[in-house]
Formats: sequence, structure tokens, C-alpha cells
Amino acid sequence: MQKSSWRPWALLAPSLTAVFLLLLVPLCFIVVYSFWLRAPTGADIAAFQLGNYKKFAADFFYPSILLRTIRVAFETVVLCLLMGYIPAYFFYRSKTRHKSVLLLLIMIPFWISFIIRTLSWINILGDTGLINHVLVRVGIISEPLNMLYNEGAVLMGLIQYLLPFMILNVYVSLEGIDKSLLEAARSLGCTEWQAFREVTLPLSLPGVSAGCLLVFVLTSGTYLPPMILGGPRNEMIANLIFKRVIGTLDWPFGSAISVVLLTLLIIIIYTYNRYLGINQIFKSLQ
Amino acid sequence: MNQEPNHPMVQFKGVVKRFDKLVAVEKMDLDIARGSFVTLLGPSGCGKTTLLRMVAGLEQPTEGDIFIKGRRINDVPIHKRNLGMIFQNYALFPHKTIFDNVAFGLKYRKVAKSEVKARVEGALELVRLPGYGNRKPAQLSGGQQQRVALARAIVIQPDVLLMDEPLSALDENLREEMRREIDNLQQMLGVTTLFVTHDQREALSMSDKIVVMKDGRKQQEGSPEEVYNESANHFVADFLGHSNFLNGTVIGAEGDATRVRLENGGELLAASSQQWFPGDKVEAVVRAQKFQILSDLEVPASRDMNSFPGRIIERSYMGGEVSYFVEQRDKTVIHAMSMVRTRPFRRGEDVVLVVAARHCRLLPKT
Ligand SMILES: Nc1ncnc2c1ncn2[C@@H]1O[C@H](COP(=O)(O)OP(=O)(O)OP(=O)(O)O)[C@@H](O)[C@H]1O
Ligand SMILES: [Mg+2]
Repeated sequence: MQKSSWRPWALLAPSLTAVFLLLLVPLCFIVVYSFWLRAPTGADIAAFQLGNYKKFAADFFYPSILLRTIRVAFETVVLCLLMGYIPAYFFYRSKTRHKSVLLLLIMIPFWISFIIRTLSWINILGDTGLINHVLVRVGIISEPLNMLYNEGAVLMGLIQYLLPFMILNVYVSLEGIDKSLLEAARSLGCTEWQAFREVTLPLSLPGVSAGCLLVFVLTSGTYLPPMILGGPRNEMIANLIFKRVIGTLDWPFGSAISVVLLTLLIIIIYTYNRYLGINQIFKSLQ
Repeated sequence: MNQEPNHPMVQFKGVVKRFDKLVAVEKMDLDIARGSFVTLLGPSGCGKTTLLRMVAGLEQPTEGDIFIKGRRINDVPIHKRNLGMIFQNYALFPHKTIFDNVAFGLKYRKVAKSEVKARVEGALELVRLPGYGNRKPAQLSGGQQQRVALARAIVIQPDVLLMDEPLSALDENLREEMRREIDNLQQMLGVTTLFVTHDQREALSMSDKIVVMKDGRKQQEGSPEEVYNESANHFVADFLGHSNFLNGTVIGAEGDATRVRLENGGELLAASSQQWFPGDKVEAVVRAQKFQILSDLEVPASRDMNSFPGRIIERSYMGGEVSYFVEQRDKTVIHAMSMVRTRPFRRGEDVVLVVAARHCRLLPKT
């Protein structure tokens, strides 16, 4: 007994060290930095003052970007769910022995750089891109359509990035459903569609819930799709942070925005878990 | 729809099921009478589950027809066949309460709310789980879950109750209890039941009729007594209980028995329901339980008793009975089981195994 009590910790030590050094320490740096003062020239000045946060809340400009981020993240979640559940269900029901190949197809985009994938939309949707080129050539339109640099284009980029996460999460939970439950439902008088509603859908909710959360969090922190595919009105909070930190080298203010975003996400995840909770759903399944 | 009442409840006519090249069920003809308890018995992979699933509509026969109450149901979808299924792993809906689980089938039969309540409560009472309606399946033990599954299946008053190894996930004691419970319930409700198992004790104790299967083929069909005492072939005799097989050649008839010269030189007198001719190659089947085991001093002189002297090489105590392996002079071994008597025999003792002619049966040697 005595001996075994330290063992788990010893085994966990390497990963705990990694988490500590690579996640917690930088996070603490950011929190500390958010209270510092920015010097007009030279190094930032260590301080404890709320100036950065006041600046964020001073007028509606910054909070509105935050709200937009939340809204876009929400839209992305809904679209990914609608577009992800169907292929996941298709994989689950497909009788082919090559399910692993299908799943591999879902993973293939990850082998191509995210930046390249995002940029490629310009070649498709841009003024001289594929679609406009074809439409103009065929003569359906005379002037190229404006399809880039709006929220739709940003959503497209986000979905392309995040859809696989949703599909995989939903697929895993579908695959975990005992097939005899469906057979039981069918034998008790359900049509296939009714059995889906009664059994498959409710039992796949843990995967749906996990997928939604993952997509939401990843969207909230991403900056490439809005930067490449969006216009100035489509900026999201991560773009703002990027600009402050990389563009104007205002580390303290960038840190403050990061802390605000982080806090908001924690609150959202906590509430989500509490009411729509992943835990709750899992508990009911035990 | 002609539903003359004299039709069997379920009828298989030349049913074949192939999965690609693999033949799971071969040319099955079988009638299941109304209200009877029929068991499909056989080793793993012999096609029992496949046959059951074809009745349920979960598999389509490759050839042949299946009838329920005289109506061909090959093309009737699963949800329109009025069947109750019980699965090995219970298959209760984990996200629904016990009440909703049991009420599930009624909901899709458009039964009125008030009647649903009464019928669900009645069914839960039948399986001795009254008042469990508000719980979730996860809060019940394995045996209780299987009883809920039973309630869910019978509450819809199915034409046939289909059970695929419903007891195999339960532990030994519980299995015995559930076995009796299912048996009682079936008798009380008189519901036609098709039961799948590879456990012969279950099959023998519960069934009106047993269908022994091997490699997708029906080997024998009959009452438990018939398949046990009058096994149709080597496989059935070997699969049910503990049988000894002694090869020999027919010498001739002796009254209504047949005398056989065994390969090891001895002779054996066996009851025979069919006519044998001298020179026929046969196989005598003797159940291990039918032997009497005597010390070599008390050999009976009776003419219609067969005796096999030998030495005990192995003995194991099994609670109710003792299992002996007796080696004869020619090194062949006979398995005998006997109720514990005054004095159990020891290993190495010389004994004589005695068996009456009427307990020896002859099968043609193929
Ligand atoms: N969906 C399927 N696809 C391919 N082969 C199958 C399928 N279902 C069953 N089989 C094969 O058909 C044969 C009969 O299977 P079945 O499940 O009916 O056996 P069983 O008698 O129920 O065995 P067990 O006692 O192990 O449950 C087996 O060889 C099995 O591998
Ligand atoms: Mg089976």
C-alpha cells in the first residue's frame, strides 16, 4: 500500500511536468503580463494595474468583436453539426469492410497545411477564381460575384477546418451504440426512422455534445480563416490578439484580451457542462 | 389472409441462409406448434441464431419460406411482425426508465395511455419487479434486467417469443432461477416460444421440443426424452449427455434384442427398434449414467446383462454423482457415472461395469 501510493505519481511525472511547463507556466505569464504597463519605448514595465482591462471595456469596439466571435463560433457549431452528423451516420451504417479507409479520408485534409487549405479558397471563390471564371465564361454572369471577404467565406474556412472533429466525435459515439438495441426497437414495432429517433439519436448525444464543445472552443481561438478569408468587419477576437501582440507589440494589452477570452470560455464550458452536460449524459448511460 | 387455426404458429419450408459462400442454415423444415416451447440446440456456429433472426426478420432467408400462422412473412418488415425478442445482453434502452422500456412496444401499437400504465404494471408484476418503473436499467442487476426484457417482450402479447441464449450472461445460481421463471411464465401465458441455447441442461429441462442442429443442418427433432434416449445419430448421442460408443458387427437377433460382436472381442446385447442383419456394421451407444458399477466379485449371471470388466484409471467426484473412467483389458476406456452409493470405488480398483440390454442402442456405423 505504502509503496503503491507514490507510483502513479512517478508514472505521471513526465506528462505532469510537460503540462506544467508548457501550459500552466505560460498561462501564468500571460495573466501576469496582462497587469503590466506598456512603455512607449523599451521594455514593458512590471506593474499591477487594471489599465489594460479598462481599455478593453472602454468602448463597445472590443467587446463587439468578442460577441461576434461567440456568434460565429455558435454558427460554426450548428453548421458543423448539421453537416457532420450525416456523414458520421453514413459511416456507421455502411456495411463496407473498409470503414477505416472512409475514416482515413476524413483525416487526409490534416496532412495538408491549414494555411494552404485556407488559401485555396481564394482560388475557388476569388474574383478570378474557379467559380467566377467558369460562370463568366459560360456567360451566366458578366461581372464576377463577390464571394470572398465576408462572413460566409469565413464560415466556410472554419467548417473545412473543424468538420472532421465533429464527424469523428459523432462517429465514435455512434459506433459505441449496441446494435441489438436497434434490433430490439425494431422488433417492438419501430420503423427504421422511429428507431433512429428513439435509440440512435439520444445515444449519440454524448458524441454530439463533445463535438460541439470542441468546435466551439477551437473556433473561438482561431485567427487564420478570418484573417485570410474575411474582411475587416469579420475580425474575430484571436485576430485582435494577434494584431496587438505581433503587430503593435502591445503584449500587456494582448494578454489582457487573452485572459478575457479565456475567462469567458471557461464560464461557457462550465455552464454547458452544468446544464447540457457531457457528464450528465454519460451518467445516464452507465 | 387465410389464418386457419390449425396452422402451426411458425413454419420453415426449405429455408436456406448463406452468407457469401458460408452456409449458415441448410434446407430447414420445421414446424413450431402453437403454445409450444421449442429449443434450438447445437454447438457454437451451427446456425441457431441465424434461424431465430430469420423469424424476427433481422435476416432474410436466401431460399425457402417462413410462415407465421400460415401467412408467408419473408417480405413482412420487422416492425410488422408481432414478435417479442429477448437478447443475450438484455438490450434494454439505457436512456429510458424501466417503465418506458416496458411501455415501448405498446407506444408503437397505439395503445391508450391508461391501458399502457395498467399493462406495464401488470407485466412488471409478472416478472416480480413491481415498483421498479422509475429506475434506469443501469440500476438493476443482470437478472433483474433480463426480467425487464422479458416483461418488455411479453407485454405486447407477441405471437412468438424469440430468445437467443437469454441466460448465458447470468451466473450459475441465477440462471437456474431465471430458467424456472421463464418456464413458468411461458406455461402460464401459453406463448409460443423459440429458444436458442447451447446448454443441453437448459434445453432438456424447459422444452416441449428440441431441435438439435449441427453445421446448419437439423440433426434430430423431438421431445427431450426422444432426443436424449433415442438419439438419431452419433452426433446427437455425443452432444447430449455422456455417451460411450462401442463399434461392432451384428451376429443375429435374440428375441427382440440384437447380439453384437464388439471390436475388442467381447459381445453385447442391445435393444433394437429396427431390424438388423448379421454382418451389419453398428455402433452401440451406452449412456455413462446407465452403467452399474460393481466390484469384480459380484458379477451378475443374467443373460441380458452386458458386463465390462476393467480397472478404474480416473475418478472424479461431482457432487451428486461420481464419474469413473474404466480401462478394459484391450485399453479402450469406458466412461461411467454413478450416484454416490455406500462405498465409492477408488482409483486402481478392479471393477465390472454392468448395463442392461435395454439401455444399449444400436446405430448404423457410417
Ligand atoms: N452477418 C453474418 N455475416 C457472415 N457470416 C455470419 C453472419 N452471421 C452469422 N454468420 C455465420 O453463420 C454461421 C452460423 O452463425 P450463428 O450465429 O447462427 O451460430 P450460432 O449457432 O448462433 O452460434 P453461437 O452458439 O456461437 O451463438 C457461423 O459460421 C457464423 O460465422
Ligand atoms: Mg448465437
